[in-house]
Amino acid sequence: MDIFSFLVQTLNAVQYGLLLFLVASGLTLVFGIMGIINLAHGSFYMAGAYLAFGLTSATGSLVWAIVLGVPLAMLVGAALEALLFVHLYKRDHLEQVLLTYGLILIFEELRSLIVGNDVHGVAMPDFLAGSIPLNDTLSYPVYRLAISAVCVVLAIGLYFLIQRTRLGMMIRAGSHDRDMVQALGINITVIYRVVFALGVAMAALAGMLAAPISSVGPNMGGQVLILSFVVVVIGGIGSVWGALLGALLIGFADTFGKVILPEFAGAMVYLVMAAVLLWRPEGLLKKGA
Amino acid sequence: MSDQLLVADKLTRRFGGLSANEAVSLTLTRGRLHALLGPNGAGKSTCINMLSGDLPPSEGRIYYQGRDITALDAPQRSRVGIGRSYQRTNIFPGFTVLENCRLAAQSRHQRAWRLFANALGLRDTLDKAHAVMAEVGLEAQANRIAGTLSHGEQRQLEIAMVLATDADVLLLDEPLAGMGSEEASRMVGLLDTLRRSRAILLVEHDMDAVFAVADEITVLVNGQLLATGTPAQIRSNHEVQQAYLGEEAFHA
Amino acid sequence: MTIKTHTAGIAQAVVLAALAAYPLVGSEFYVEMVAKVLVLGIFAMSLDLLVGFTGLVSLGHSAYFGVAAYAVALIAPEFAPANLWFVLGAAVLISAAVALGIGLLVLRTRGIYFIMVTLAFTQMAFFLFHDTALGGGSDGIYLNFRPEPRIGGWMPFDLAEGSQLYYFILAVAVLVFVGIKRVLRSPFGRVLVGIKSNEHRMRSLGYSTFNYKLGAFVLAGALAGLAGVLYAVLFGFVTPELLSWHESGHVLMMVILGGMGSPVGAVLGAGAMVALEEAFSLLTTHWQLLMGGVILAVVLFLPGGLIALPGRMRQLIKSGGPHE
Repeated sequence: MDIFSFLVQTLNAVQYGLLLFLVASGLTLVFGIMGIINLAHGSFYMAGAYLAFGLTSATGSLVWAIVLGVPLAMLVGAALEALLFVHLYKRDHLEQVLLTYGLILIFEELRSLIVGNDVHGVAMPDFLAGSIPLNDTLSYPVYRLAISAVCVVLAIGLYFLIQRTRLGMMIRAGSHDRDMVQALGINITVIYRVVFALGVAMAALAGMLAAPISSVGPNMGGQVLILSFVVVVIGGIGSVWGALLGALLIGFADTFGKVILPEFAGAMVYLVMAAVLLWRPEGLLKKGA
Repeated sequence: MSDQLLVADKLTRRFGGLSANEAVSLTLTRGRLHALLGPNGAGKSTCINMLSGDLPPSEGRIYYQGRDITALDAPQRSRVGIGRSYQRTNIFPGFTVLENCRLAAQSRHQRAWRLFANALGLRDTLDKAHAVMAEVGLEAQANRIAGTLSHGEQRQLEIAMVLATDADVLLLDEPLAGMGSEEASRMVGLLDTLRRSRAILLVEHDMDAVFAVADEITVLVNGQLLATGTPAQIRSNHEVQQAYLGEEAFHA
Repeated sequence: MTIKTHTAGIAQAVVLAALAAYPLVGSEFYVEMVAKVLVLGIFAMSLDLLVGFTGLVSLGHSAYFGVAAYAVALIAPEFAPANLWFVLGAAVLISAAVALGIGLLVLRTRGIYFIMVTLAFTQMAFFLFHDTALGGGSDGIYLNFRPEPRIGGWMPFDLAEGSQLYYFILAVAVLVFVGIKRVLRSPFGRVLVGIKSNEHRMRSLGYSTFNYKLGAFVLAGALAGLAGVLYAVLFGFVTPELLSWHESGHVLMMVILGGMGSPVGAVLGAGAMVALEEAFSLLTTHWQLLMGGVILAVVLFLPGGLIALPGRMRQLIKSGGPHE
C-alpha cells in the first residue's frame, strides 16, 4: 500500500468511525442516563436515510432535507419517548429487549407499507460532489470529507453541551444519581425527553449523511445497531468519549480489515471487541460523560 | 492445629484517594468472639468485606491457619472455611427455608457433574440442612418460602446458611440489626453457643450485646485501628472514650 | 400438590399421545410443521436454560443453532448420505466448543453488556458464514441426502421416510425435555436457579459461579446445536439467516411467549409462535406488523407467558374482577 492509498483508507476509516459515533453516542447516553437498552435505535438511522430520500426528492437538495429533517427527527423522538419509551424505565432489561425488538418489527413493516421495499439512492449536493486529486490515479471525494467535518463539529458541540451547559450538568448529574437530581428539583422527565430526542436526531442525521454514499434500503438499521453495540461495549456504557474512541477503533478495524483480509472483514470488528473484553470487560472508559 | 484461625495483617483499602481502612490488623481465635466496633463510616464493612473476599485489599495480607489466602476470591474463601452473613439480609427469597439451607450445605460437596442425580436425594446435604435449621430454631419453618419469614427469622436463616457451610470462622455483619429484644437475646444466646467451636467476628451496633458476649473488642475510627483489648480494657481506654463511646454509653 | 403433579403428568401423557398419533391423521404439510415446532421447541428449551433458569439474557443463541446446522451440511458428503450418528455427534460437539469459546468471553460481562456482547458475537458468526466461501455465501448450502442412522450394517430406521423422520424428532424432543427436567433438579441445576435468584449469595456460599454459568452456557449451546442438526435434516438446506440475530430474537420471544423457567412453556411458546406466524402470513404480507404487536402485548399484558395463563384466569375468577 503506497502513501496515498493509505491516506485514502485512513480518511475513510475516520469518516466511517465518526458516522458510527453519531449513532452510538445517542445509544450510550440513553443507556447511561435512562438505563434502558434500545434495540430500535438502528431504526432511527434507517428512518433518517429514508427521510433524506423523501425530503431530497421533495425539496431538491440534501441540505434542505437535513435542515428540515433533523428538527423533525427531534420532534418524533420526543413524541416516541413520551408515548412509548416512558413505559420502559421501570422494566427489567429482558423486557426492554423484547419490547424494543417488537418495535423493530413494527418499524420495518411500517417502512415497507409507506415506502415499499425498493432500494433507493440519494444525490449528494452539487457543491460537494467533486473530489480532490491526490496523485495521477487517486482522488478523494469532497462529500466524505464534509461528513467527517460535520461529525467533528457535532462532537465538539456535544462536548460543550455536556461539559459547559446547565442541561449538560443536569445530564451528568442524572447519569450519576437519580435521587439527588430529583432532590435538587431538576425535572428528570424533561431531561429524559431531551436526551432521547437528541439521540434520535443524531442517529437520523447519521442516516441522512450516509444516504448518498450507501444505498437506502430495508433492514439497514440492523447492522448499524449491532456495530453501535460493539462501539458502546468497547467504550464503556454511558461514556460519550468512550463511544468516540470505540467508533474510531471500529472504523479503522473495518476499513483496514477489508483491505488486508477481505473475506474476514465482517468478523474483524468483533475480534477487536473480543480483545477489549479480555483486557477490560467494562470497556475502555468506564461510565462518566 | 493452631487456634489462631484467621490473621489479618495490616490491611489497607483505598477508594480513589480515600483510605477506608488503614493498616488494620486483627486475629480471630477459635473459641473466642471478637467484636468490631466503630461509628458509621469507620470502615467496619470494608474490613469485613476484605476478610470475606468481597473486596480485594490494596495492601496487607490475610492468613487462614497460617496459609496466605489474600489472593483467594469469595467462593474460595468460603470453601476453606470462612463464612459470612450480611448486614442487609441476603437469602434466596423465593426458595423454601429448607432449600436455602440445603443449597448452602451442598456447597461443601458440589457434585456438579452428576447432572442426572436428584439434589433432594443427597442424604448428607439434607441432613446437614435439617441440623442447622434445628440449631438456629427454624425447623418448624422448613417448608415456608424464605421471603415470607419475619425479619428476625430471616436473620436466623442467614446464620443457618453460614453454619451449613461448616465454616470455622464466622464473619457476622450486624446479625442483630432490626431485631426485637426477645429475638436479639435469643440470637446472643446462639452466638454464645456457636463460639465454643469456632472463631467469630461480630460487627454490631448494639453496645450492650457486644459487651455482654465479646471476648475481645477492636475499635475502628476513620478507617484506623484505635484499640484492641478485652471488654474491660476497652471500657477503660481513655482514647476510646473520647473518640467514640462517650460517657453515657458506659452508664446506660 | 400431588394432585397438581398428577394432572400435569396426565396432561403431558395426553399431549405426547396426540403428538405420536398425529402423522396418522395429519397432512404431510402439517406433519412437517409440527416437526418444525418440536425442533424449535428444543431450541427454545435450550435458551430457557440460560434465560429462565440461570438468569442470563442471551441475545445470540442462534449462533449455536446455525453453526451445528452448517456443520451437518459441510460434513455430509456431496453424493452420498452421511452417517447420522457421526454428523449429529460432531455437529453438537462443534456447537458446544463454539459456546465454550464465546462463553469464556461473554460471561466476563453482566447485565446490558452481556446482552449486547452475545448479540455481537452471533453477528460475527453470521458474517463468517455469509462472507466466506466456507458457508456458500448468502445462498447457503443444500443437503442432498438425509443422513442415514446406520450402525455397522444395520439401519434401524430411515429418515428419508417423512413419518420416521417425524418420530425421530419427537423422540429427541422428548429425551431433551426429560433430560432438562432431570438436570434442573440435579445439584448443578439447583445451583443455576440459585444464581438466578442471588448470584452474590451463591458466591459467598462457596460456589464459583463463573464455572457454573459456563457449564450452563455450553450445555445450552450443545442443545441448541442438536436443534440445529434436526433443522438441517428436516429442511435439507442451511442459510446464514439461521445465525442472524433476528433468529436469536425470535427464539427469545418463544421462551417469553410460552413462559420462561419451564420446559413446557418453551415448547408451548415455539408452537404458539409458529401458529401465529402461519395465521398472520395468511392474513397479510405485512404480518411482521402483527407479530410486533403481539410481542408488545405479551410483554406488557402477559407477564409469565402462556403457561401462567390458567393460574391468572383462576385468580381473576376468584377475586371476582380484573383488579389485583
